Amino acid sequence: MSARDAIFKRLRERTDGPLTPPACDFSVVTNRGWSRAERLEHFERLITSVHGEVIHTTSDDWTRRLAEVLAAKSIKRLALGREHPVAAEAREALKASDVELVDVDRDIETWQREQFERVDAGMTSTGGGIAETGSLWLWPTPDEPRLISLVPPIHIAVLDAESVEDTFFDMIEAHGWAQGMPTNALLISGPSKTADIEQTLAYGVHGPRELVVLLRYAAAQVASA
Amino acid sequence: MSIHDDAVQTFTPRDFHRQAHDALGNPQIRANFRKAMDGLMTKRRDSFGDWDLETLRELGANIRMRALAKLPELLEQLEANCEANGIHVHWAEDGEEACRIIRELCEARGAKAVIKGKSMVSEEMHLNEHLEAAGIEALESDLGEYLVQLNQQTPSHIIMPAIHLNTDEISDIMHHKTGTERTRDVDYMTAAARSQLRERFMAADVGISGVNFAVAETGTLCLVENEGNGRMTTTVPPMHIAVTGIEKVVEHLRDVPPLYALLSRSATGQHVTTYFNMISGPRKEQEHDGPEAVHLVLVDNGRSRIYQDDELLDTLRCIRCGACMNHCPVYTRVGGHTYGTTYPGPIGSILMPHMLGLEDTKDLPSASSLCGACGEVCPVKIPIPDLLVRLRREAVGEGRGNVPGAGVKRNKKEVAAWKSFQWLATHPGAWRRGTAMAGKLNMLMPSNLGPWTDHRTAPKPAKTTLHALIKRHRKQRSDA
Ligand code: SF4
Repeated sequence: MSARDAIFKRLRERTDGPLTPPACDFSVVTNRGWSRAERLEHFERLITSVHGEVIHTTSDDWTRRLAEVLAAKSIKRLALGREHPVAAEAREALKASDVELVDVDRDIETWQREQFERVDAGMTSTGGGIAETGSLWLWPTPDEPRLISLVPPIHIAVLDAESVEDTFFDMIEAHGWAQGMPTNALLISGPSKTADIEQTLAYGVHGPRELVVLLRYAAAQVASA
Repeated sequence: MSIHDDAVQTFTPRDFHRQAHDALGNPQIRANFRKAMDGLMTKRRDSFGDWDLETLRELGANIRMRALAKLPELLEQLEANCEANGIHVHWAEDGEEACRIIRELCEARGAKAVIKGKSMVSEEMHLNEHLEAAGIEALESDLGEYLVQLNQQTPSHIIMPAIHLNTDEISDIMHHKTGTERTRDVDYMTAAARSQLRERFMAADVGISGVNFAVAETGTLCLVENEGNGRMTTTVPPMHIAVTGIEKVVEHLRDVPPLYALLSRSATGQHVTTYFNMISGPRKEQEHDGPEAVHLVLVDNGRSRIYQDDELLDTLRCIRCGACMNHCPVYTRVGGHTYGTTYPGPIGSILMPHMLGLEDTKDLPSASSLCGACGEVCPVKIPIPDLLVRLRREAVGEGRGNVPGAGVKRNKKEVAAWKSFQWLATHPGAWRRGTAMAGKLNMLMPSNLGPWTDHRTAPKPAKTTLHALIKRHRKQRSDA
C-alpha cells in the first residue's frame, strides 16, 4: 500500500469513530464599524508602529511626493512596473529626473545580481490595505513581479485610501479571494525585521529595511482627510 | 553549550534529568531564558489588549477542530486543488520517507545547494543531516536558525531558535565562523548575515520551507514570518519544496485570519508579522520570477495514530506558536535543549511521546508542575495539562495502551502500594486501625523515600490521628 493510501485508511477508519465538526462564529474578526477616518487612523498608527512610513498625498499630487522621497533617500535607481497606472504615471513624472528607472518585466535569471546589488528601491502598487493590522495587500503580476517588494533595500508602495478594509477577514470576503488565488498573494506590514539576536529589534535582515507608503486620497477628498 | 568547545553537545530525552540538572546550574542559560520569556509574556498580554481574547480563542479552537473532524476529506481536497494549481503533492508515512522524497527531488535536479526557511517538521525528520549525507548542502536562512547552525546546535525554541544565546555569544560565533568583527552592534551583525545569505540565496538550487496553514479550498500554502527569508526561500531558487504535517490543513481561506491573528500575538506579541506569504502555484508562463516547480510533502510521522483517540486528538490542533513554552515555569528554568527533542516545553511533552515512544520520553510528561499556565494561554485551547496527565497514565500502564511504549514506567511495587492504599482508604475500620498504628510507630518512618526526599523532608505521621482528635473534641463538647 502506498503511504498515501495507508494514511487515508487510518484517518478514515478512526478508532473512536467519526467526528462532528463544530460551528464557527466569525463575528470577532469582522464588523468593526469604523468610520473612514477611524479606519485610516488605525491603519497609519499600526503600520508606523512597526517602522512603516506613511506619506499622505492625493491622486493628482502623489508623483511629486514620490520624487521628494526619492531625493530625500538618495534613490538613484528605482525598479518599477510599466503597465499598471501607478507605474505608468510614475514613469511619466520621472522621465525628466535623474533617477534611473529599472525595468522589472524581464525574467529574473537575466538580471538577478543586478536586482540584488544595484537597485536602490522597488516601487509597487497595492491591492488594498488592512486597517486593523496596518497591512498592505499585494498580488504580484508579470508587470510587478514578486521580488520587487523584497530584494531592494527600500520598498515604496502606493495605496489608495478607498481600498483600505477594516480587517483581513473583511478583505478576503470583500474581494472574493476564495474564488481564485494568484500564484503569490502577500500581506506586508512594515519593513523586514528580526529579533533573533537577544530580542533586539533590527530592520532589513533579508528584505527591505524601509517601507514607505504613499497613501493617496482622491483629489477632491483631501480637505476632509 | 560553550561556543569554544569543538565537541558538539548532544541532548536526548532519555537524559532529561541529568540535562535539567546541568541547565539549572548554568547561570547564563537561566538568565538568557528568564529575560526572553519575561519579555515575551508581557508582549503577548499587551498585544491582545483590546481584543475579546476568549471569543477569539474559542473560534481558533473550533476552526482547528472542524479541520480535524473533516481531515481525510480536506486532505483530499487540498491535494486536488494543489495539483490543479501545479503544486505536486507527495505523502510520507514518516520522517525517513519524507527525507527520501525530498532528497530524490533534489537529486533529480542535480541540486548541490539547498537554502531553507524555518521548518520545524524538517527538524523533526532531521532533514539537514540526511541531505548532507547525500552530498547536498542545506543552509538555514532564518537568522536564528543560521546562528544555531553555525554553532552546530539545534533550535532551543520553536519560534526563536537562538533564544538560548546572548549578544556576546552570537558575536563570538559569527566572528569564529564567518570572520565578522567582534561587536555588540546588532545592526552590524544583522547586516553581515544579510550579505552572507544573499549570496547563498542566489546560488541555491532548491528552497525548502515549512507551512503554517495549508488551505484546502484554494490549494494555498501560507507562511508566516518577519525576516523575508521565507519569501526569499520560496521565490528565488528555481524549485520550492514545502514540507509539513498532515494536520496543518484548514478548510477555508476565511479560516486563516483568526488563526493568523492568534498565532502572531501568541508567538511574539506582535499584532501582525511583517509578511504573510500565500503561495498557490509555481511561476506561470508570463511571470518573471518565482520557482518553476513547487512540491508539497505531507508527513504523517505518528499524527494519524494520535488522530485515532478522542482525547489525544486535541494535540493536533496546535498551531506551533510557542506560547506554552514561553509561559512554562519548567521550560523557563531548564531551557529548550534540556528536553532533547525537536519540540521542547509543554507542546513537546504531549507530542514527542507519540513520535519517539514513551520508552525514550517517559520523563517529559512528568516535567511539569501541572500549574496550568500552558493550557490557559494556548490560542487553540488545547487542554495541555490533561494531556500530560493522560500520558503519565499511559506511561504507567493505566491508560488505553495506545501510545507507543505505554506501560514503560509501570512498577510492580508502586502498583501494589497504591492497590493497598486504595483498599485501606475504602475500608474505614482498617483505615483507623492503620493510621493509629502509624502514629504510634512514627519513629520507624524512614527519612529517605527516594526522589521524593531529594529536596523535601519525609512526612512524619502525627502521634494522634485527625479522627481521634475530632472524636476527643466532640466528646469534650458534649461533656461540657
Ligand atoms: S500547544 Fe498551544 S500554546 Fe503550545 S505551541 Fe501549540 S498552539 Fe501554541
